[in-house]
Amino acid sequence: MILMQGKGVSAGVEKGTLYFYQRADTTVTKTAAADIAAEKARLAEAQKKSMEQLAVLADKAREEAGDESAILFETHSMFVEDEDYVENIMTVLEDEQCNIEYAVQEAGRQFSSMFANMDDAYMQARAADVLDVTRRLLNNLMGVVAGGIDSEEPVILAADDLAPSETVQLDKSKILAFATQGGSGNSHTAILARTMGIPAICGLGDSLKEEYAGRVAYIDGQVGRLVIDPDELTAKTFQDKYAKQAEMKKLLQTMKGQEDVTLDGKHINVYCNIGSPDDVAAVKSNDGQGVGLFRSEFLYLATNDYPTEDEQFEAYKAVAAAMEGKRVIIRTLDIGADKQVDYFQLEKEENPAMGVRAIRICLNRPEVFRTQLRALYRASAYGKVAIMFPMITSVWELKECRRACKSVMQELTEEGIPFNPDTEIGIMIETPASVFIADELAKLCDFFSVGTNDLTQYTLACDRQCNDLGKFFDPHHPAVLRALKMAADAAHRNGIWIGICGELGADLTLLPTFLAMDLDELSVSPSSVLPLRAELRKSIAKTCDLKLLEC
Amino acid sequence: MKQFTYTIKDPLGIHARPAGQLAKLAKSFPDTTATLTKGEKTVKLSQLMMLMGLAVKKDTEVTVTVEGAAEEEAYKALQEFFEQNL
Repeated sequence: MILMQGKGVSAGVEKGTLYFYQRADTTVTKTAAADIAAEKARLAEAQKKSMEQLAVLADKAREEAGDESAILFETHSMFVEDEDYVENIMTVLEDEQCNIEYAVQEAGRQFSSMFANMDDAYMQARAADVLDVTRRLLNNLMGVVAGGIDSEEPVILAADDLAPSETVQLDKSKILAFATQGGSGNSHTAILARTMGIPAICGLGDSLKEEYAGRVAYIDGQVGRLVIDPDELTAKTFQDKYAKQAEMKKLLQTMKGQEDVTLDGKHINVYCNIGSPDDVAAVKSNDGQGVGLFRSEFLYLATNDYPTEDEQFEAYKAVAAAMEGKRVIIRTLDIGADKQVDYFQLEKEENPAMGVRAIRICLNRPEVFRTQLRALYRASAYGKVAIMFPMITSVWELKECRRACKSVMQELTEEGIPFNPDTEIGIMIETPASVFIADELAKLCDFFSVGTNDLTQYTLACDRQCNDLGKFFDPHHPAVLRALKMAADAAHRNGIWIGICGELGADLTLLPTFLAMDLDELSVSPSSVLPLRAELRKSIAKTCDLKLLEC
Repeated sequence: MKQFTYTIKDPLGIHARPAGQLAKLAKSFPDTTATLTKGEKTVKLSQLMMLMGLAVKKDTEVTVTVEGAAEEEAYKALQEFFEQNL
């Protein structure tokens, strides 16, 4: 039996094959080629392989989604053989007498920039197709498996750690659970796992070895244990837990359609945190009553260039419309710190958590901000959209945000584009500064939403990405809870509502404290909605106290 | 050599899908070259990326020229394709 112990960051039990995330090595180095003919033969081989892969993908797409989606892969396969593209590769190869990888990369660059520079959004988007085809050729030349998961069966995905841009592109239907060497409970893998409602373990360190790839493993995300070849007793423990989990799932289904109310009649809005329009399905299947946090970053992370107003509008509109009149709170761009995007060309910072990030980027780059606000307001005509600004520390920031909103509304009015002028505006309470001036901020907005992960990090001076802070990183710290109470009191004094959209919202041990604070909303991962509802419906708000705020 | 002129009606212009089909179609006639001219630029219909690179939009007039052994046949097939798909 091989037993690995890490930090359980998303509960649940699963059994499956361990699969190591294959990271495509994107660096191509230019070397002198000894034999140009041999390089050409390698290209022919890679082309052949690429065409075969694309034919399989096209067939699969046709079977699953019809002709339209198959055509993309057929176009890619024509790109592989495109005479100008191939001629360009050959020219570089002959002129530079270099390795074929370098020639392919150069040709890809030239053609993708040709598309990227065109005066047409549709054609600009084709640059990504050229890069995709180029990547495929390079992967085949270098023997790299791209796309993360090259398996027909769903697997337990193992990795050192996964970047946000990598998790965005994963085929979620192929993942049973996550196991990573690094990371923490607040890392993006953990958040993704909780959204999907599947087990995850972080911080396994060196005990998770790549040689275990392909072995069948048992994972328990609650206690953070990963086991290969379990002895009889361990296997039985897992099977019992698995059976219990299945039973629990069945039981929770009875919570669907029930009201989010305590025994003594206190209502709380139980909303969901989502990261892309795809997650709406999970919100609906778990009966979430709204979206309390729609992270707009996916739009920026999944592309190689600034997403256009139309692209953003379509995504926001899709969620707003799908939620059918239920509140959808969309948070404006929150990158920097831990979520880097290449094309923003942000300066490297010693301490990005305290650098130019989130609303600071937006206020520094009015054009980026304006594009997003336009898309948000346009989407407000299709559902109950609310706009939320992250990382607010000063009153002037919120005033400036409001000014930007106003000027966008004016533009849309002049252009005759429909929007909802009463769209709610809220802010994230994530910094101690925003807590101290909460009264003044509350007078300028419609709601507060507390980002507990960041509030904990900034209050306790604990880096949320750091995985060995251990007991020092304590989200239950009285200081954090008191900050929450101060913000809640300020909100209610000024007649606005307040919720939590951080991971703490799903922490059932804190529910009585939240009820005692009279919070109005809790936004949690879709998979946490039903357990939270079950707990809420057993609670009595009147008897809840604030004991946990004492030291 | 045979030639026809056509004004694009498809709202998306010659986008990836018809461009791909055109390239495929153009390659199917042996010893025959088909080109498309937009303004001063001419590309072979078989040059998929360059063809897309022309960014031919709705209401643009293009000229298709075919030359070679199967030009009659190619002329007819291409004209039909434009009318039905673009």
